[in-house]
Formats: sequence, structure tokens, C-alpha cells
Amino acid sequence: MESLGFFAIFFSAVFTNNILLTNYLGMCSFLGCSRELKTSFGLGAAVIFVMAATSVLNWLVYTYVLVPLNLDYLRFIVFIVVIAAFTQLVEMIIERVSEALYLSLGLFLPLIAVNCAILGASLFMVIRQYTFWQTFGYGLGAGVGWGLAILAMAGIRQRLAQRSRVPAGLEGPGIALIIAGTMALAFMGFNGMVSLN
Amino acid sequence: MTALLIAIGVICAINVVLTLLLLLAEATIANYGSCTVTVNGEKRLTVEGGRSLLASLKQEQIFIPSACGGRGSCGLCKVVVLDGAGPLLPTELPWLSPEEQRTQVRLACQVKVKRDLQIRIPEELLSVRQYRTVVSGLVDLTHDIKQVTLKLIEPQEITFTAGQYIQFEVPPYALTDEPVYRAYSVSSSSAQKDSVELEIRYVPNGICTTYVHQHLKVGDTVVINGPYGEFRLSDTDREMICIAGGSGMAPIKSILLDMERVRNPRKCRYFFGARARRDLFLLDEMRKLEQTLPDFRFIPSLSRPEEGDAWEGERGLVTEVVSRHVDDASHAEAYLCGSPLMIDACVKILREKGMLEEHIFYDKFS
Repeated sequence: MESLGFFAIFFSAVFTNNILLTNYLGMCSFLGCSRELKTSFGLGAAVIFVMAATSVLNWLVYTYVLVPLNLDYLRFIVFIVVIAAFTQLVEMIIERVSEALYLSLGLFLPLIAVNCAILGASLFMVIRQYTFWQTFGYGLGAGVGWGLAILAMAGIRQRLAQRSRVPAGLEGPGIALIIAGTMALAFMGFNGMVSLN
Repeated sequence: MTALLIAIGVICAINVVLTLLLLLAEATIANYGSCTVTVNGEKRLTVEGGRSLLASLKQEQIFIPSACGGRGSCGLCKVVVLDGAGPLLPTELPWLSPEEQRTQVRLACQVKVKRDLQIRIPEELLSVRQYRTVVSGLVDLTHDIKQVTLKLIEPQEITFTAGQYIQFEVPPYALTDEPVYRAYSVSSSSAQKDSVELEIRYVPNGICTTYVHQHLKVGDTVVINGPYGEFRLSDTDREMICIAGGSGMAPIKSILLDMERVRNPRKCRYFFGARARRDLFLLDEMRKLEQTLPDFRFIPSLSRPEEGDAWEGERGLVTEVVSRHVDDASHAEAYLCGSPLMIDACVKILREKGMLEEHIFYDKFS
């Protein structure tokens, strides 16, 4: 893995290995908050920030605490705790510093604390044995990829709500999952550009 | 063995470090000092900042009705915040009509006290108190409705208007980790000041109803707060049509008892809908009221009598019975209490019979 640089990893995390559309992680908030562009923009931005920051934090904890002590089997629980504490801390800081930022981004932090895509990014970083910069690139890229996917989804759903008549049985999550599947197929077109696996 | 100890040690260390960090943040970043909340322009309260307005007011003994315990899922704790609340939160939007948004109505459980606030609440909420009570009676009215009598300990007397409701605090138990509050109408007369009676119908897995039906015993302590609500007898002499179902009996009974006390001469017809014979209760009390009240009739009806229910009275849905008995409702007014479905159906039928919308009063369970 040493071969791939920061940007290569960043772009492959956004497109070829989009964490949402190829791994289907972070589905619940993806389906729940993709009705409106404004909400999904806030959520996407929050995910980018938290994913980049927590994967780096978890890399530090993993490399300098867990590996030297032969405790890498504890990574699941430790990563979750770090993510939860981090999001809570950031929420408090944002709420104090800026009300506008809190309204557009901070509100989503509690939702993200339990988002599996965030934990997934940290775990992929371990499985793929990334270096520090690779981790940062991957975390940022995975966040941007997730944000891109939810924005695209929100755009589609907003139009769908205005213009088309969805069969009653498919309304809500049903049609959203079909759209997500189609988007995943479209993203397969990026395959072969760069591969992470 | 050492590996295990190291693992435990590391987990503990990481948790302790993070906890300390969060505690530190809470004490510094999330510390908003003390703030002044001005209520209705006169009453000034000094509260610790950083908590929700609902919790801060409760600490100051001002009880805003709320059923969900502050999670923003019931939309009841509406107050007007004139200044200091910041912009509307997405969590409040579903509960506020455009009119309410324009008049600065907010949900007290979502507004955080971060600076001085100016709020306005109905004057009568200032008379809401918290009461410590003890269960002095538990009677099965039907197979699924219990009458709970609460004797007031501290304060010893309550003043309320017949038709109003109180909130019952359910302490943490198997079904809930934190205290939750549920509203119940008082069914006893407002002249009875040293105790209140409630009629509580069992709802499978309902947090409060399960607690009352399966855990509560005579002698237990119960905390209630109240009274709340606008449902009450109007001050006119119009003919009255009361319609209730199930535990919707409670506020109507309270109103009737008050009418009995002053021998109110208004014409009153009380339609009570039940499914089968076993869902009817307090028939004797109602027959007695027919004797003592100058012009009162109780008309129970069964929608689905069971075999063996020797039933001579009315049959069918309560709306059908009302429709059979009432021809012209244009000079009458109605008091409804029951499920939202029942109320909506009754409002529709009464409007068809010519009743004016402003003469229909109701208390919807939800």
C-alpha cells in the first residue's frame, strides 16, 4: 500500500471505492436525511469533518497505543469510544462558538456519532495498513464521497417529490434504495481508475 | 494474565482520559454561567445556563405541560420566547404552525438557556404546582380501566376546575430509564380538594398505564403536577351534549359532579360509547345523577355487544346513537372526550346537525 499517494487515495475513496455506494455503509442517515438538499448538505459537511478527524485520531491511537501493546483486537471498542467522545466535544465547541454553524452542522453530530461509515473508515484504515497521510487522505476522501452521494441522492429525491408519481408501495425508503442501487451501478463506471483493494 | 490486565488497563485509561476531557469541556466550554429568565415581564428567575428552558423552569417550580420528558416528540411544551432563544431549530419546526412561528412560539424542551431570556406563558401555568401524593384507592372499574385515588400530602389541597387534567410522573422502572409524564383528566369533583381521582385505561406496553395497572399499590407515593387545560364547562345555559368513550368518562364525570353540587338546571344528554357490556362502568353513579340533576340523561351504547350481554339499551357506534337522538344541535354545545378518531367523527356529525364549531369543546387523547 505504500505506493499510493495522498491524492490517489483521496480520489479513489471519493469515486471508485465510495464508502456508501460500494460498501453500503452509513445507510441509515443516508436514507433518513436525504429528503432535502439543505439538510443533506449539513450532514455531508459534518461527515467529511468527523470522518477525516476521527480516522486520523484513531490512526494515532491504533499505531501508538494499541499496536505496541499487542491490543489491536480492542480496536472496535476503542474506535467507537474515541468517535463518540470526539463528536460530543466538537458539538459542545461548535454550540459555544457559533450559533449559525451549530444550526447548519452541529445538530447532526449526535447522529453521526453512531454512523457506521465513520467506524468503517477507521477499520478500513487498519485493514489496508495505511500510513498517516494515507489515512488522512482516505478519511477525507471517504467523507467527501459520502457527502457527494447524499447530495446527489437529495437532489434526485427533491426532484422526484416535485415531478414524478412514485407508486405508493415504493414511497420513502423503497424508492431511495432503488435510487441508491442505480447510483452504485453508475459509480461502477469509475472502476479501474484507481483501486484500493 | 498480564495481557488481560494490560487490556483492561488500557481500556480504562482511554475511557478515563476521554471522560475527563468531556467533563473539563462541560465545565468550561459548555458553562454559560447564570442567566435571568423573565416570565411575563415581571417574574425574574435566576437559573444555571446550559440546560433546556423546560428543565430550568421546572427547577423553579414552573411546570410547562410536556408528555415526552423533553425529547421533542410530543410538541406540548409551547411557550412564547420574546428574546434570547436564537433561531428556530429543525427539531421544533414540525410542531409549530406558521402562525406560531410568527408569534415566536417555541418548544421549551428544545430551547437552551444560554443567555438572558424573556418568555411569556399563560398566567394559569404559574398556579401549577407539584404535589406529593399517596395512593389511597385502586378500584377496577372495568377489565381494563382502573380508578386511582391519590390523597394529597404536600401541598395538602389542590384547586382546579372540573375538566382539567394533571400530569402523572412515572418513576424509572422496567419500561423507562427516566421519569416520564402522562396527562390524565381528574374525574373527581373540584369540591374535593384533598384528593384527586383518575381513570386510567390499560394500553399494552404503555409506559404509564402498565405502571399503574401492574406495579402501583395502595400506599405508594406518586408525584403529580397540575392542573392544566382549557376543557371546562362554559358559562351559558345552552343545552349540553356530552360524548365520551372509555376513560373519556373522567372529565365529564367531574363536570357533572360540579353541576350536581349547584343543581345546574341545564339540559344535558350524556352519550357514552362502549364496545360491550364489560366496558361499561359507573352506571349506578350516572343513574343517581339522573335523579339529582334537574335535566340529565345518561345514554350508554354498545357497539359490539358480546353473546350473553343482556342489553336493552342503545346499540351501534356512539356517533350513530347521537345522530338518532339529536335532530337540531344549533342551540346546543358539546363536550367531547375520547380518542382522536371518535372526536373527529363526533365533530363531523355535530356540525351536520347544525352545531357551531365554537360550541364544540373537546379533550383529545393522543
